[in-house]
Amino acid sequence: MSAVRTFVDLLAGRRDPAALAPRDWDGVIGVARSEAMLATLAHSLADAGLPPAVATLFADQRAAAKVAQAQALWEAEMARRALAPTGIEFVLLKGAAYAAANMACSAGRQIGDLDILVLAHDIRRAENLLLKAGWEWVKSDPYDDAYYRQHMHELPPMIHKARDRMIDVHHTILPRTHRITPDALALVSDAVTSSAGFAVLNPADMACHCAAHMLADGDLQGGLRNLWDFHTMTRDFVAADPGFWGQLDGRASLHGLQSAVHRAARLSRDLYGAALPDGWDRQDPADTWFRRRLFARDDWGRVTDPLLEQAFYIRSHWLRMPPVMLAKHLWTKWRKR
Amino acid sequence: MKNKLRIAVGPVQFRIGSDWAEPIAALARLYAGYPQDDTRPADATVRLFAARPWRRWLRPSVHIGGDFVVPDALPLPLSMGLLAAEMGMNLQIALGWRRHMLLHASAVAQGGRALIMSGESGSGKSTLAALLGEGDWRLMGDEFTLIDLFGGDTLAFPRAVSLKNEAIAEVAARVDPARLGPLLAATPKGDIRHLIPRADAIAAMHEPLRPALLLFPRFGGEVAVEPMGEGEAFVRLTEASTNYVALGEAGFAALTRLVRETPAFGISYPDSAAGIALVEQLWAEAAK
Repeated sequence: MSAVRTFVDLLAGRRDPAALAPRDWDGVIGVARSEAMLATLAHSLADAGLPPAVATLFADQRAAAKVAQAQALWEAEMARRALAPTGIEFVLLKGAAYAAANMACSAGRQIGDLDILVLAHDIRRAENLLLKAGWEWVKSDPYDDAYYRQHMHELPPMIHKARDRMIDVHHTILPRTHRITPDALALVSDAVTSSAGFAVLNPADMACHCAAHMLADGDLQGGLRNLWDFHTMTRDFVAADPGFWGQLDGRASLHGLQSAVHRAARLSRDLYGAALPDGWDRQDPADTWFRRRLFARDDWGRVTDPLLEQAFYIRSHWLRMPPVMLAKHLWTKWRKR
Repeated sequence: MKNKLRIAVGPVQFRIGSDWAEPIAALARLYAGYPQDDTRPADATVRLFAARPWRRWLRPSVHIGGDFVVPDALPLPLSMGLLAAEMGMNLQIALGWRRHMLLHASAVAQGGRALIMSGESGSGKSTLAALLGEGDWRLMGDEFTLIDLFGGDTLAFPRAVSLKNEAIAEVAARVDPARLGPLLAATPKGDIRHLIPRADAIAAMHEPLRPALLLFPRFGGEVAVEPMGEGEAFVRLTEASTNYVALGEAGFAALTRLVRETPAFGISYPDSAAGIALVEQLWAEAAK
């Protein structure tokens, strides 16, 4: 069995880690590292019987993830101190939001940049306040800068000059030029307050954003992690509120994300064993390609299907902008190489 | 990958895969005397690969990858495959290791206590460690020194010593040629030749030791010794550590303890003989 399938089976609880041969762990650890999920695996196998070397490595990973998470939440606090005094409210997105809400998927989850969502009419003010508070531009290229400002769903990335941490300030969750236009006003106005005191998206919107990020915007890089987020959050939201799937359907259709959300649900059933209700528990032949892309890693952590990887990359751009614009964009980028 | 090897250095079990046989054969020779445990899963993976299939044969160039990848890192020609492997191992440890605080420093031991030498490349820390390790000292490592986060002990990372430029002839004159790797001439880091540490250094690599002395050597100039305060040693070591920030509070506590408990000196020396004499003199005072 391939290492990536063993890895997914371990996360899903379908496989007993004690039954793995010592040599199997190399591939599992290699795949987990290349998916940035080693600490996630370390958390889900925290109580399992493991070979001593694996148990020690996993303990390192859990400790490191705890520090990284505290640092990520500190970044959120820094953003709050920069923005709150002038009344700009923001909603935490992705990893920092999961950590702030103490969700199951945040256990060991790697958190990269700080992602925040503000109302579109606040974004210029937010930008100025962050610049004053020590963040600065990363991209100096005027084309990239203009491209972000005109067409993207976020400001060009900024980095803090003292702490060396990036912030992405969003005004919506998909590029302006994307075929789908989620209701950004509803996202912000229906946000909820997390246990750590930060605003986060409400459960249904959070699942919509997770699916949109994975399937409507990205090229499925890091897909196993995004799918794990989606799987564990929907599992826990349903446990807390049996009506969750219905609410999710409603919000997904409000944002135009029904197809992405349903596909994410089917994939989390296929990979992680999610139980889906009627109306969701269907088969779609196109899912095969997504499963193949998610499983396309060998036991050295390499992508095994470069053509499929390329196809998903092209697909992500195809969804992001109309064809003529895409052609212009790629032409400009190519000339600048 | 077709060509592969497992190497254990200090607490780290590596797995190294390569598109070519040559770098693996060269590594296997350097690390033949290290302990082998084929059942132990790897902590870190290094990959040496061709960016395009035909580049395995046509002007072969070795890209360095693994668990962590540095984007836009330049590849090396196959003749420098051994250097690529060494850089790959360093990279994975520098970016991925979290069990200990990692100092970019060499270390040697005597009488059950450790001497740590930290400095930028060109400071002579590797050469000093290599030369001391051929004398009455046990080599702990020429590149990385690990500090236990809770106990404060020093742990060895005795990979094959990377001798550079003038140091090659200086060390080669004193050791059995069988302990030297091939000469890698005119690499991006200068001429390089690897030295296999003595068997006793490899055999004792798992023994943690109390640090007794911290030195910050600088090669060139008159002989000079300057006592260094805790604050300066602390700041210099944060810069010499690849994982200090990632370790958070535990890293701060370990480093504070290290500089509080260990006397530190900056030293300048014009040549290796003077450097070694200085080290021996300071050690005699510190280890009393």
